[in-house]
Parts: sequence; structure tokens; C-alpha cells
Amino acid sequence: MMFMRREKRGGEAPPAAPPSCHPWSRLDVGAKDWSAAVEEIARGDADLLSLWSDGASVYLATIAKDASDVVIRALACPDRRFPSVGLLHMPALRLERTIADLYGLEPIGSPDARRWLDHGRWGLRHPGGAREAIDTPSDAYSFLKAEGEPLHQIPVGPVHAGIIEPGHFRFTANGEVVVRLEERLGFVHKGVGQLMAGAAVAQAAKVAARVSGDSTVAYSFAFARAVEAALGVAVPARAQYLRALMAELERLANHFGDIGAICNDAAFALMLAQCGLVRERLLRAAAACFGHRLMMDRIVPGGVSVDLEADKIAELRGLLDWINLMLPRLLKLYGDTTSLQDRTVGTGALSEDLARQYACGGFVGRASGRRFDARRSVGYAPYETLSFELGVSKEGDVDARIWVRFDEIKASLGIIEQVLDRLPHGGIHATFEETPPREIEGAALVESFRGDILVWLRIGANGRIAHAHLRDPSWFQWPLLEAVIKGNIVADFPLCNKSFNCSYSGHDL
Amino acid sequence: MTFLLDLFAQAMQMILVLALSPVLIGFTRKVKARLLRRQGAPVMQPWYDLIRLLRKETVLAEDASWLYRSAPYIIFATTWVAASLAPTFATGLMFSWIADLIALTALLGSARFVLALAGMDVGTSFGGIGSSRETMFGSLAEPATIMIVFVVSLIAGSTQLSEVAAYMASDFELRVSVGFALVGLVIVAIAENGRIPVDNPSTHLELTMVHEAMILEYSGRHLAVIELASALKLLLYVSLIACVFFPFGLAPHNGSLSGMGYGVVLYVAKLAVAGFLLAVFEVSTAKMRVFRVSDYLGVALMLGLLGTLLVFVTRSL
Repeated sequence: MMFMRREKRGGEAPPAAPPSCHPWSRLDVGAKDWSAAVEEIARGDADLLSLWSDGASVYLATIAKDASDVVIRALACPDRRFPSVGLLHMPALRLERTIADLYGLEPIGSPDARRWLDHGRWGLRHPGGAREAIDTPSDAYSFLKAEGEPLHQIPVGPVHAGIIEPGHFRFTANGEVVVRLEERLGFVHKGVGQLMAGAAVAQAAKVAARVSGDSTVAYSFAFARAVEAALGVAVPARAQYLRALMAELERLANHFGDIGAICNDAAFALMLAQCGLVRERLLRAAAACFGHRLMMDRIVPGGVSVDLEADKIAELRGLLDWINLMLPRLLKLYGDTTSLQDRTVGTGALSEDLARQYACGGFVGRASGRRFDARRSVGYAPYETLSFELGVSKEGDVDARIWVRFDEIKASLGIIEQVLDRLPHGGIHATFEETPPREIEGAALVESFRGDILVWLRIGANGRIAHAHLRDPSWFQWPLLEAVIKGNIVADFPLCNKSFNCSYSGHDL
Repeated sequence: MTFLLDLFAQAMQMILVLALSPVLIGFTRKVKARLLRRQGAPVMQPWYDLIRLLRKETVLAEDASWLYRSAPYIIFATTWVAASLAPTFATGLMFSWIADLIALTALLGSARFVLALAGMDVGTSFGGIGSSRETMFGSLAEPATIMIVFVVSLIAGSTQLSEVAAYMASDFELRVSVGFALVGLVIVAIAENGRIPVDNPSTHLELTMVHEAMILEYSGRHLAVIELASALKLLLYVSLIACVFFPFGLAPHNGSLSGMGYGVVLYVAKLAVAGFLLAVFEVSTAKMRVFRVSDYLGVALMLGLLGTLLVFVTRSL
């Protein structure tokens, strides 16, 4: 049983202190080793997966090039300071500012001391740490300067005209050409970390499912895997396959919806209509099979909460056949509409270097030559047993991102077919002891449609979540959006933005 | 009696264009929706929207000047006058003598000028972007319009629309120049009315807007009047194309009432055909980049120039 491998290894960890982070290694390091690790990322020998804190220590998750195991380094911060990672490695800057906002740990030597998620409107500072009350809400924020005679600023948001989430974009433009874009996010900060701290595992799983609605399955998947890794739970094989089925249905629905939406931003509504049709049928199939259109709370720690009835398999197969019939038409419609190609080709090109530096996951990274997919690169059940192709391009423009998404659609269709063929019988949920003998940590990396979601959590000896960190793939994609729009025209921003489709909610936590 | 009949015909024309223009918009939207497999809003929806807007409170920006407040009415007045002058169901109406093609272009140009100023008046960045794009498009569309006007008026021997229409209806001969002028005018019409591929009238993306960006701050009756003006403008261009290039069925001066009725029916049919074609075209193409619009309008200008040249060449031979 290949797919049980990881869980078993997680269970085999030596019982001695310090707390290990199943299924990966956790190193408690000093300032020197910390800096060495940061230099390694800055050199490009390893990718930064996340940087977070629990109020007492800071944690750095990295994955070495071509390795499949994640290394988590912990640095204790008794004097509430830690050596800045952002100083050497830009992609860590916003994560670092978040640590300072939430826990009051100061990154020494950080090139950017501005607050990030904290807009001064919470009524307190450092909600995860000392909780100092502040009386006057203030929202002073200095945007980076761009000066020159012909330059003018265009503030957009935080409230947008469409039904989308809030975020502020500050454009500096020379006529139509964007010179600089600076984002300001954090408007939908919900305090997920604080909500989870002290919650029972089942409760926390529900919070995790609501971090970013469009990837609710992936978040539940990642959270469940982290819990299972920490507690050494062996998930029944049927549940593993059903999880993959849900994850791929979610991926398909999102990719179809987004491809249509990107084309609609170029005023090509026909594609939106066609893709919307496919997306709707996928969501209805999800509702019929699992009782919820987005399959929220269907993946739970220990397995899944709803079984797939036998007669639904034929229904899903029928849907797959229909999508396989539609897909070539959609590909043709997209590829043959020259007016649309004129908009997408060459627009918002992301260089391979930037994609590599930011270890940017998902289709954004893969469209810029970064071959990373958590399903393949790190691997987790049941994907080790499934074969699928990764779509990769080197162009990095809006067009490349759309083609990579089309490739992922093909891969997902193949995966679902394999899952339906091989779906084993048996239980769908393993009961497990929620109270570990001692404080214990677990982590998981799961590929959502946007990219890899990292979940790290610590379960206290009382069986409640002591601390959790959920890192959305958008953390490493939002900054790149600022980079790709440079030199493009203002009117092309919606197209670039939609082709990234970063999560506001997942990022703001 | 003739005077009364003339007055009646002219009044009817003014009311007809006003009544039909939102319906044309609604019809185009309906066809688009059906082509996209949607049910679509009722054809009369633009009218319902206008009535709703008229009932609503008008919110003004603090910095709005008199220009911002009066611009909607100026735009509406000029566009309505322009739309009322172009022959729709009959030629030789009471005010036809002022229905000069150059006067029409000037009326629309004034409306554009006022709208662009109003867009910048309250000082929001989107208004500025919209005005800047609109003036850029305008500066390209107007020369093209003038060139096309030259082609038509050289052929018909007059810049007066009524006479042009009458000439085209009676002494029409197939000319390459007329074809050029038709294509050019269609291109200009799409750009001037902010339709796909130049502008997307149904977008919510402020950064890509042109016309919508300028009127983003308008509300209530101001917005209603501006919306009505842009509906009138679309109708005007359709009427213009119809009366110059497809002038059949136009009731002559001092024609009978039945002739006029026949003209109205045919006119509505022409509008429907135009609305349908516009919807089909809009569904089948994406919007072009802002800077591509110059190439697009450049084609119209070249067609106008070529048309004029060809007319001269064929005349002198």
C-alpha cells in the first residue's frame, strides 16, 4: 500500500524531545544555522515554503531543489527579535511583516518596517502576542515613491466594482504605461490563527475549510493531512481516493471558471458562457455526489465525511465524457480567436528567474518554467499511485498561464478517471485518539488549484490546536503580480490580475 | 395644412428616436444574451432603468462644478438634435435643411468635448483615464468621419443628409468608394459608441473603461440623461448608415401618411437588423488593446481617403 507510507513514517518518530514535525524533520537551530539556511534560500539552492511564528519562535519551511522532503527550522526568539529573512530574500518580506504585526517579533535588519496586515483598525496590536490596546484607529501607510514629471497615480480599491474581495492597488503610470504597482492587502484579515488556537481539531478543520472558499477542499485536505501526520492516523484507502476526487473536481471547476473569466476581462463573453456552463455542471455534480457544491467540510481529519454512492460513479463518468467532448471546442475557440490571442500573448510576462526566486507555485510558476507541483514534487496519497502530466511553459504570459491551466484540466480529467476506475471499497473514516501523549506537531503540503498550500499545526496535550499556520500559495504570487504589470498598460491589469487570480482571503488570513 | 403635417412629421421623428433608442440597446443586449445562452433582460429593460434612475436621488461630488451638473443636459440636447436631424423614416423633414453632415459631426464633437471635461471635473483618476482615452479615440475618429463625409457628399453632390439620402435612393450607382465609405462608417460607429472591440459597455473593470469611466461618478437623473444620450448616439449612427447606404423605403417630402407609416416600419426593421449584426459582431470578438484602436480607426481614415481619391479619379476620367 504505497499511499500509507507517509502516515506510517510519521508514526515512527522517536518519542524523545524536541517536538518533531511529522512527517518532516524539524530542526531547532541557533542564529548561525538560521542565517545559513536563509543564505541557502537566497542563493537559490532551496525554495522558501513559508515563514511564520507561534509567538515564541519563528519557523522557516524550506524545500531543497529536487528534494521531496521539507525542512522546518525553528529559531527561538527570547528577546522578541529574529534575523530578517527578507533582508537577503525578498519573497519573505510580507511574511515577516505579518509576523511583526501579529506577534510583535521584530525582524532585525528588515528593509521594510511598514505594517502589512495590521491597518491600525483592530483596536490592538499584536493579537497573537502581547495584545497591546491602541485607542485611535489610524491608517497611515506610505506607499513606495515613484517620482517624475509625467507620472500620475491611480488608486484602485479596496472596494472594487465586481463581486470580488477587497484589496488596494496603487498604480503609478506614465500615461497608459504602468511604472509601478504596489498592492496593499489585509482588508479581509479574520484572525484565522487566533480562531484556531485552543479549538478542538474538528472545529479547527471547519475554520481551515473557510480560509479561502474557492480552495476549500484543498485547505481541508491539507489541514486533515497535517492532523493525521501529527497524530499518526492511517486514513482508509477509499477516503484517500475520494479526497483526490474532490480535490480534482475543485481544480476543474476553478480552472474552467477562471479561463472563462480571463477571456471575459478581454470582453470575450462567449468563452465565459461556455466555460461557465462546464463549471456549473461540475458544481452540480459535486452537489449530487457529496451534498455540497463546493464540497466544503467533506474532507475531515481521519477521512471524508460523505461516501460516494455507486450510482453516482456512472453519473460522473457521463460528465467526464461530456467535458472531454467540450474541451477540444473550448481549446479551439480560445486558440483560434485572434482578437483574444492578441490580448493574451505577451501580456503580463513573468520571467523564469522571478518565478524561481519566489518559489511561486501552481500554474503561475509552471507557466514560467518552474516544475513544481506538490502532488508530484512532494507527493502525497493517493497521487503516488496516479499518473498525470504536468503542463509547463516558459513564456510566462497570460496566454501561457491559460494553456497551462488547460493542461491541468486534461491532467485532472485523467486523474478522476483513474480514481473512478480504482476506487477501493471499505471505510471512509478512521476514528483516532485526538489527545496525543504530549504536544505534537504536524505539517502538510497540498496542491490547490492555485498552488501549494502549507499547513503546519501543533496539537497540545489537551487535544486542542495549540497553534496553526496556513500559508496560501498567493503569498508568493501577489508580489509577482506587481512585477508582471510593469511596462504593461493600465487597461491590461485586469487581464493580468485575473490570470493570476490570487486569493485575498487566503492571504489576509 | 402642409405646415402642420411637416411639423407633425418632424415631431414624430424626434419622439420616435427618443423612444426607440433605449429599445435598440435593449434589443442588442437581448440578442447578445441569447447568443451566450442566457435568458437576458427584457428588451424594454433600458427604459425601466432610465425610469428608475430618474426617480433616484442625484448624488454630486463635493468638488463638482456647474460644468459637471450641466454637462448631461448639454450632451443630451446635442445628441438628441443630431439624432432628430438624420432622416429615419422620411426625407425632407421640416428641419432637414440644417441636417448637414458636417453639422452632425460638430454636434457630436461638442457632446464629446463636454463629456470629456465633465469626466475630469470631479478629479477622480478613472474619469481622467476615460477622458484621456476618449479624446484620443475622438481625435482619430473625427478625421475619419470627415473623410467619409467627403466621399458621400462628393458622390451625392451635397453635404445635406436629406439630399444625400434622396440621391442614393434614386440615382444610386455601385461604386467602390461607397463600399469604402460604408466600411469606414461602420468602423467609426463602433468606436464612437464605445462598443466591443473598442470599449466594453457592460464591463465592471474601471481600468479598462472609456465611456463608462467618464460617467462613473454620475447618478440619478444625470446618469439617466447621459445613458439616454448614448443610446441616441447609437441610434443616430445606425440611422446615418441606413439612410445613406440603405435608403429604400424612406418617405419623400410631402409624402402621404401611409408612406410615412411604411417608412417607420422599414426603419424599425433596419434598426433590428443593425442591432442583431452588432450583437453577433460583439460576441465574436474580444476587446482590443487601447493602443490598437489607433490602427483600427486608421483603417477607417484610410478608407475615407481612398474613397475620396477614387471619386476624384473616376470623375476626371
